[in-house]
Amino acid sequence: MIGVNERQLTSEASADAVVHDASRIAYEIESVRFRYQAGSSDGADWILDDVGFQVKAGEVLGIVGPNGSGKTSLLKILANVLIPQQGRLRLFGNGFATLTPQDMARLVAYVPQDTQQSFPFTVAETVVMGRFAQRRQSWWSGGFGWEDEMDIAVAAQAMGAVDITHLAQRLVPDLSGGERQRTVIARALAQVPTVLLLDEPTAFLDLQHQVDICRVIRQLKEERGLTIVLVSHDLNLVSQYCDRILLLDRGRVIRLGCPEEVIEPEALEDVYRCRVLVDRHPGTGLPRVTLPGRSLSGRP
Amino acid sequence: MATPISELAPSDSSPIVSPLPAKDGAEQLRQWKSIGAILTFQRWVTIIGGLAIASLIVCVLSLQFGATKIDLRTVMTVLSRWWGSGVPDTAGIDTSAMIMFHIRLPRVLTGFLVGGGLAVVGVTLQALLRNPLADPYVLGVSSGAALGVSLAMLFSIGTTLAFLPGLPLFGFVGGLLSLVVMYRLARSQGRLPIQSVLLAGVILNAMLTALIMFITSIMDPNRSAGLMAWLMGSLTVSNYGMLSLFALYVLGGASLLLQKAQTMNILTFGEETARSLGIDTERVKKRLFFLAALLTGAVVSVSGMIGFVGMIVPHAVRMLVGSDHRVLLPASIFAGGMFLVAADTVARTVLAPTEIPVGIVTALTGGPMFLYLLLWRKEQLV
Repeated sequence: MIGVNERQLTSEASADAVVHDASRIAYEIESVRFRYQAGSSDGADWILDDVGFQVKAGEVLGIVGPNGSGKTSLLKILANVLIPQQGRLRLFGNGFATLTPQDMARLVAYVPQDTQQSFPFTVAETVVMGRFAQRRQSWWSGGFGWEDEMDIAVAAQAMGAVDITHLAQRLVPDLSGGERQRTVIARALAQVPTVLLLDEPTAFLDLQHQVDICRVIRQLKEERGLTIVLVSHDLNLVSQYCDRILLLDRGRVIRLGCPEEVIEPEALEDVYRCRVLVDRHPGTGLPRVTLPGRSLSGRP
Repeated sequence: MATPISELAPSDSSPIVSPLPAKDGAEQLRQWKSIGAILTFQRWVTIIGGLAIASLIVCVLSLQFGATKIDLRTVMTVLSRWWGSGVPDTAGIDTSAMIMFHIRLPRVLTGFLVGGGLAVVGVTLQALLRNPLADPYVLGVSSGAALGVSLAMLFSIGTTLAFLPGLPLFGFVGGLLSLVVMYRLARSQGRLPIQSVLLAGVILNAMLTALIMFITSIMDPNRSAGLMAWLMGSLTVSNYGMLSLFALYVLGGASLLLQKAQTMNILTFGEETARSLGIDTERVKKRLFFLAALLTGAVVSVSGMIGFVGMIVPHAVRMLVGSDHRVLLPASIFAGGMFLVAADTVARTVLAPTEIPVGIVTALTGGPMFLYLLLWRKEQLV
């Protein structure tokens, strides 16, 4: 804690008080409607239709739903990279309209699903860029603000957390999908956010790194009190690692609750329009989803 | 109850996840420096300093060559007298000194600024469009600027404005319009597919070139010959006053771009990611469009259509010094300048005393060089 001044300490203390207080609300979303304006916009369907829910501070919320149900769009709206046509959005009581992109980036880190990069930056350079919004802003900082030792230390730590320290000098376009995904997660961690938004964080990862990322997610929640919202196709992962789950279908919220309330056959068969088997995980007792198997028909 | 942002952002010093890493920031920085994982200030100074010295050498050497060969000693004498007294003193030296000072030196300086300007526009367009193949010539921005300048020439307006540098302004407007049209055509659902960008550029280029042809066909033949010569790429400026004005455009535009170098780094991740990392993308985009068009307008109004410099130079520089725009932008200015000065030296010597348009030389050297770098890069990656 060398070099931390009093102001930083008090702000840290109050930040802790805010994010650890489970009664606090991180996101308040009210009647959000959104659609992409493609060509003749009148005919376009709403991607999200009258979506409203709250995200509690310090919880891990999973968003699930079939393909095209609006999961990714919803996450982008929470990240403020998509602006909905209608609806009210607040982050810790602050209306989205009052937040600049820089304010937002200091609080919220967003890991997109598509991590393609055609410019040959090194992994270390990419992760350090997560520090951009946290650096002191001046007329030149958009140009030549050089990273200080603190930025480097935070970036190195973020890289350690997702096991990419050994890739520091590798070029991002040459990495495998999983390595690139972990690089982008490290960049988000280097933002030292209060809220972390993840879109399919484990999509390209092997089993070992899936477990690693899930461990980091729980650790971030428990040690730092981070609020985490993640979108995933993997119902089991969401069931095991999320405190609450939001089930979306065709742009509407179908259910929102703890894993036992959402991961149950009736709701899933209704939304996914196929049969599923739900039993209990032997270790945690949380619901576990399996395909119906050869002996059963796929139709409900 | 709204919680102020300042109270929500956590202090930097707390660990992201325990346990803390074994190394502290200073030690990690040293290690990353040693393996070249990150750009450091020392490396920046070495690269830019080296390129500046190399540029100086290339420019001085190229002063010797042309229809008349001027030996290096005369070149150095004229330069040192000029440096010493501030006025060109060509007394006691033969006419070749006059040629050097009044024709060749402005031409070399113009070439350097044109090459540097084109390269820096290329870097900017590449970051803006997230497309390492972007180039003002290929995307039709140069044709837009050329159309603007041609229109001004047709109605003889540009040259009559005494204090306003008229032609660059027309070039700027033409370049900006074509850039915006190209961007609108290529963009769909917030994405900019590489193929759409190139296709939109090619189509736009064809249409704009047709309009320029139309203008030359209705001009009176004497003036249209001059227009054609300029279009094919020429590096002649009439006097040092014009040259200083041009330098002001190019260096001013380039330094305003340098001020957004870090922002351009982040913009290459895509607009949504850039926004989530704290960039006001809409504002930055407008600014970069504006500056790219301004530089293209200035460069095209002086030198016509010189292709490939904006694509090959940034590409080569990126392979040698990395992608960080803090070093890529200034390095591209020097490398682009050197490249065009060298190309122009070839253009005026290879068939001396006949000169070939420098645009032909850049196109003929640019293509093979691009291929060579591609192969060399492939070997590096194995």
